[in-house]
Amino acid sequence: MITWHPTADFVNLKLRADFLKKTREFFASRRVLEVETPTLSAAAVNDPYMKVFSTIYSGPGKHYSKVLYLQTSPEFHMKRLLAAGSGCIYQVTRAFRDGEAGRYHNPEFTILEWYRVGFDYHQLMDEVTELVMQLVGDRIELSGVEHLSYAELFNCHFNINPHRTSVAELASCAMEWNLSIPETMDTNDPDPWLSLLLTHCIEPQLGLGKLTFIYDYPASQAALARIRPDNPPISERFELYINGIELANGFQELCDANEQRLRFDAENIKRQSVGMPITPVDGRLLAALESGMPECAGVALGFDRLLMLATGADSLVSVLTFPLDYA
Amino acid sequence: MTIYSTSEFKGGLKIMLDGDPCAIIENEFVKPGKGQSFNRVKLRNLKTGKIVDRTFRSGDTAEGADVIDVELQYLYSDGEYWYFMDQQTYEQLAADVVAVGDAAKWLKEEAICQVTLWNGVPLSVSPPNFVIMTIVETDPGLRGDTSGSGGKPAMLETGIVVRVPLFVQIGEVIKVDTRTGQYVSRVKE
Repeated sequence: MITWHPTADFVNLKLRADFLKKTREFFASRRVLEVETPTLSAAAVNDPYMKVFSTIYSGPGKHYSKVLYLQTSPEFHMKRLLAAGSGCIYQVTRAFRDGEAGRYHNPEFTILEWYRVGFDYHQLMDEVTELVMQLVGDRIELSGVEHLSYAELFNCHFNINPHRTSVAELASCAMEWNLSIPETMDTNDPDPWLSLLLTHCIEPQLGLGKLTFIYDYPASQAALARIRPDNPPISERFELYINGIELANGFQELCDANEQRLRFDAENIKRQSVGMPITPVDGRLLAALESGMPECAGVALGFDRLLMLATGADSLVSVLTFPLDYA
Repeated sequence: MTIYSTSEFKGGLKIMLDGDPCAIIENEFVKPGKGQSFNRVKLRNLKTGKIVDRTFRSGDTAEGADVIDVELQYLYSDGEYWYFMDQQTYEQLAADVVAVGDAAKWLKEEAICQVTLWNGVPLSVSPPNFVIMTIVETDPGLRGDTSGSGGKPAMLETGIVVRVPLFVQIGEVIKVDTRTGQYVSRVKE
């Protein structure tokens, strides 16, 4: 028999509508402008671990038979708005990521992304807390907010300094925890070891009954965050976890066009080395940064995951109308 | 030889791991906010029955295991091997003591069993869910007790001992659930 019913019940669909309404009220009251940007773009993210969907435009105009990429987040377009003088902006939109499916992943998902001009990333963490508490505070028990630096996190779990550790030390941690090491993992690079330890040993315990922010990541995991030239350098990035689920990822945004260009190029080299197709660098974003983007902090929040947490469900299927297998 | 990528991993898929055939029980996709994603896979080693946890990098591959389940008829045992027959082709296959394992105590001649073959060789044997066997030894028990409470041990024709109600006697035929080892009912012959 063909399954055609939605996998989410109507109680959860109404909750989604309610969350959307409250989110819009939250930002309206703070004078943050709601915007829309395209989901299709001629440029794409260059993150070496992000698989991008693409399609071909067939017609008329100068883009005839051109490859277009589905956004993995609205970040690049929103930054162009910021550079053009939009001021604080937010949007709720669809993001697409190929190769990501599971209990907490659907290749097409709803992302809430916002940028605060003049905020630093610690102020933005506080605003994330306020929004999350307004949406889910009366639905799940949350005892408070915890802020832990990436260094504190690894220090208290493994007694190591993640910014100065060696692959040998990381390997012995993984041994102690009896972790299975993927045969093809690049064991000479500390980052995969850090990811392995984080996802396997730490994440499931993060934010149990509270909001846990992890901030100040290794510079090698900066993505589009600004790097603070400490010794060792630190990327001004944060993530929010509730009940073991990663919910949001935020940055003190990198405004330097030259550094952004170098990072994109380095990412594409990395993509090639891991066998991923290189993606076109977003020249328009770089031009916007060059003309000057105001200092700002930005964050993306997994809206479906927040709903999942609010309902106590253990899979996104309960809050999506038609997840991948039924779409 | 079939190669499977982690994207194709799902419950029931049989792959080779460290030279042993394994069945995937669970496959969880995990990804940190930025960086390498992994697949945490729970598997059952089909040779040893042991459950193993293994992490793959997303996109890694594994060789498929040539493992199939077939229904075969149990013929006899010579003590070293248990012989089964494919009822369509009349081909005979021998399973060793490791493959037969605990199923041995439930095997009665002519029983149809599910046999898991790896590269054509029996890897494990599951007895039928229910078997019908004759009681060869049990205490006389108490006459008049029909409630079935308490029960008593009874040895069946293959040598296995199960608990039966007090009213069941030597020579009677009973039905037993092999998954739980529990008495189900008497069977009229």
